[in-house]
Amino acid sequence: MNSSNAVSRWGFYVTGIALAILFLSPLLWSGWASLRTPSGFGLENYDRLFTSDNGIRLEHIVNSVTVSALTVGGTLLVSTLGGYAFGRFQFPGRDALFLLTLAILMVPYATILIALYVLLGWIGLQDSLVGLSLVLIMFQLPFSIFMMRNSFEAVPRELEESAQVDGCTTFTALLRIMLPAVKPGLVTVGLFAFLTSWSEFFAPLILLNSTDKFTTTLAVVNMRTASHGSIDYAALEAGVVFMAVPCLLLFAFMQRSYVRGFTSGALKG
Amino acid sequence: MSPKASRSRSRARALTGAAYAAPTAVMVAVFFLAPLLLVGWMSLHKWPLLGAPTMNAPDNYTRIADNDLVGSAVWFTLRYTVVMTVLLFVVAFGLALLVQHRRPGVGFLRTSFLLPMAVGFASASLLFLGLLSDEIGPVSDLLRKLGIIEGYVSWTSGSSTSALSSTVALVLWRFAGFNMLIILTGLQAIPLEVYEAARIDGATRWQTFRRVTIPLMRPTIALVLTMMVTGSLLAFDQFWILTRGGPDNSTTSLVMLIYREAFIRLDLGSASAISVALLAVLIVFNVVQLGVLRRRG
Repeated sequence: MNSSNAVSRWGFYVTGIALAILFLSPLLWSGWASLRTPSGFGLENYDRLFTSDNGIRLEHIVNSVTVSALTVGGTLLVSTLGGYAFGRFQFPGRDALFLLTLAILMVPYATILIALYVLLGWIGLQDSLVGLSLVLIMFQLPFSIFMMRNSFEAVPRELEESAQVDGCTTFTALLRIMLPAVKPGLVTVGLFAFLTSWSEFFAPLILLNSTDKFTTTLAVVNMRTASHGSIDYAALEAGVVFMAVPCLLLFAFMQRSYVRGFTSGALKG
Repeated sequence: MSPKASRSRSRARALTGAAYAAPTAVMVAVFFLAPLLLVGWMSLHKWPLLGAPTMNAPDNYTRIADNDLVGSAVWFTLRYTVVMTVLLFVVAFGLALLVQHRRPGVGFLRTSFLLPMAVGFASASLLFLGLLSDEIGPVSDLLRKLGIIEGYVSWTSGSSTSALSSTVALVLWRFAGFNMLIILTGLQAIPLEVYEAARIDGATRWQTFRRVTIPLMRPTIALVLTMMVTGSLLAFDQFWILTRGGPDNSTTSLVMLIYREAFIRLDLGSASAISVALLAVLIVFNVVQLGVLRRRG
């Protein structure tokens, strides 16, 4: 190895480690700050987070879990059926509907949330977790349908034909043969639906009014925005940690599979 | 099989396909197309949060110009979009170049840069609120010890520049890794032979980057730039939580203004008119962008 290679190798590691510290330290700091108390370390900040008047209550956690479950389930259901249709069938209006679904990306949701708020009122779903979940599913559709269509297109024809020879209906073929084959796509779609619905702030802020319908994200942000005097920063950081831990764990465990889903699905276009 | 039987079979299959697509069609129609039309309709009415709407077109649009906050919000949102897009693009591209080749430790670096994206953006904003606070945050202490600042600095609300810088730091931390990932997939799609050919022709590293990497990366670059511009034009969470739009409304973005019109001034018609205007700008931007992409690609 010549000296210029050694220099560039050192440059790489010094820059890389400095940047890694810069990116990781806020996360580590919030964990540390959430445990830090005037007398040392302890769970006092978490205690205040869960017991103070405008902190997180059990119902907020139940609400968040409900919204996430409905959104993940609904997104998987709609995008699996839709992806199967777009990837495997010919029918009139197919391409138009596919493009229309992708067009959701071009119309950022912040601009239609006011109308969605009014619309949900008309169908009796204002200030409701089901209404919020339906809106979140719609926002997930462009990415999820695109991903699932590509996943279904990538399944070899012979696999499906063998199922037809066995006399399977298209639905049994979907359940028995196709679903196992598109699993990486499903994992990616489900993971993104969870991360979005668990952490989303703007849509629940607009669509939910009563504090007992709040998700945990709304409740934690409320500790900041509703405080007129001083902000309880340490309890706030405890809230950040509480919100982030499930996402970080899922993300770390599933990074490999979702990066694979991302690169195999998203770029094939 | 007779042609007739085959035709009826393919018709049956088309029906089955349409049935599988039906849930998507319903979702798109009810929760996307309907509100899209509705926001246009609402913008033509005096539409109070409670009570019956009355047609008042085109008052909501003409009043946009009279709204004192609109001018400053538009100007601020545009400035923020330019600053944020340039910085985010440079940082994300730099990170992607740093970790593009497999070597020991690269996996760790990629994960470190990606990890912030698992934290929700609202949570990340609260994290930075504490991090930059003088009460419990280490940033001010650290900079004081290094002699970079003196005394008390209120990062998120002290001045419009420091409030903007706080937001920029937050967004870089939260989104650089995600954009790095997309740029990385683009970089890795370039065949090694292309670089090999450039090397044989005696191109320097800089020449290879400018003449080979950048042109081949054009679709990916267009994609990340579009997402960055769109995301910045619609910025809300970071200002709502970190700076509260202040000091003196200097960091009030357009989407914050829409929120304020609708839920503080209770004027849904005016909020809709601003939404429609913003939507028009974004659609024109996207169409131009797609046109550029298609011509070059």
